[in-house]
Amino acid sequence: MHELSIAMGIVEMAQEEAEQRGVVQVTAVHLRLGALSGVVKEALLSSYELACDDTPLKGSRLLIDEVPVLVFCPSCQVQRSLSSVQLFCCAECGTPTSEVVQGKEIEVVALEIEEWAHNPA
Amino acid sequence: MGSQPRLVEVRKNVLRQNDLAARALREQFRAAGVFVVSLVSSPGSGKTAFLERTLTLLRQSCNVAALVGDLATENDAMRLARSEAPVKQITTGTLCHLEAAMVQHALAGWDLNQLDFLFIENVGNLVCPSSYDLGENLRLVLISVTEGEDKPLKYPTIFNSADVAVVTKMDLALAVEFDWNLAYGNIQAVRPGMRVLKVSAKTGDGMDEYLELLTAHLDELRTPAVR
Repeated sequence: MHELSIAMGIVEMAQEEAEQRGVVQVTAVHLRLGALSGVVKEALLSSYELACDDTPLKGSRLLIDEVPVLVFCPSCQVQRSLSSVQLFCCAECGTPTSEVVQGKEIEVVALEIEEWAHNPA
Repeated sequence: MGSQPRLVEVRKNVLRQNDLAARALREQFRAAGVFVVSLVSSPGSGKTAFLERTLTLLRQSCNVAALVGDLATENDAMRLARSEAPVKQITTGTLCHLEAAMVQHALAGWDLNQLDFLFIENVGNLVCPSSYDLGENLRLVLISVTEGEDKPLKYPTIFNSADVAVVTKMDLALAVEFDWNLAYGNIQAVRPGMRVLKVSAKTGDGMDEYLELLTAHLDELRTPAVR
């Protein structure tokens, strides 16, 4: 269960990015999570709440975009999806392939922020 | 005056710090000419026995060392020290996997130039170690014949992060009615083309093929690229 480490990494990254931009409040973090990332979505969501405690991100939401695995099929010469992560072969022609082109992502894509429309000072 | 929601783009890998540390390690290993092998498996699959045998055999002709990760205790390091190779334990506390920074820290004070092979035994866990690059040249995933042939199907992610699979405790295969073809097929289903070795650390069966593989990799690492 390394989701808490990952969640703390996300919170830390979001805080840094927010500070750099002079952001007042982060209300949500958008994350891309690959099916082969080794991270369980549900565990990450509950870890995220814990990780936000005592940080400026407390109360923010983690919005997870689940990214399916894509492989390169050597027969079709194009990127294809898998029918299942238990069977690494082209979903179209069935050729076995280990060439993963997508699905390992743990990526902070964007922050939803609230900022002052006009400088209150 | 009021606040309004807005979306700002970030696009950054959450594990970027680990990836950067792993990249620095890989460069350090390359410069020192040391071939680095990491081992991942579930607890009890025989990583330590396999590694002890490896160190004992390789020490006859090479300079070898090992780092071994565990949640607690230094028992594995003490076992491995019987091989008389330099061994350092990394105690992770509650952390279920090794990270590149821990490897960097553990290597402080070691002269990598003196080594041919460095082994890194990860914490026994088939889930979490898959996300963390340690800068290794070769990642082995071990499954023992006592674990069941469907382990690869249950943990496809770790098999996808590894380069070679090693089936251990082959001396027990008959007793537990281990189905080699089924296990091999399952490994190939989740990682087509993956090389699979079978070994018994107890009898030494299969160790020759494994050591040949390592030696070939070391030769390749040290051969200047031919244009």
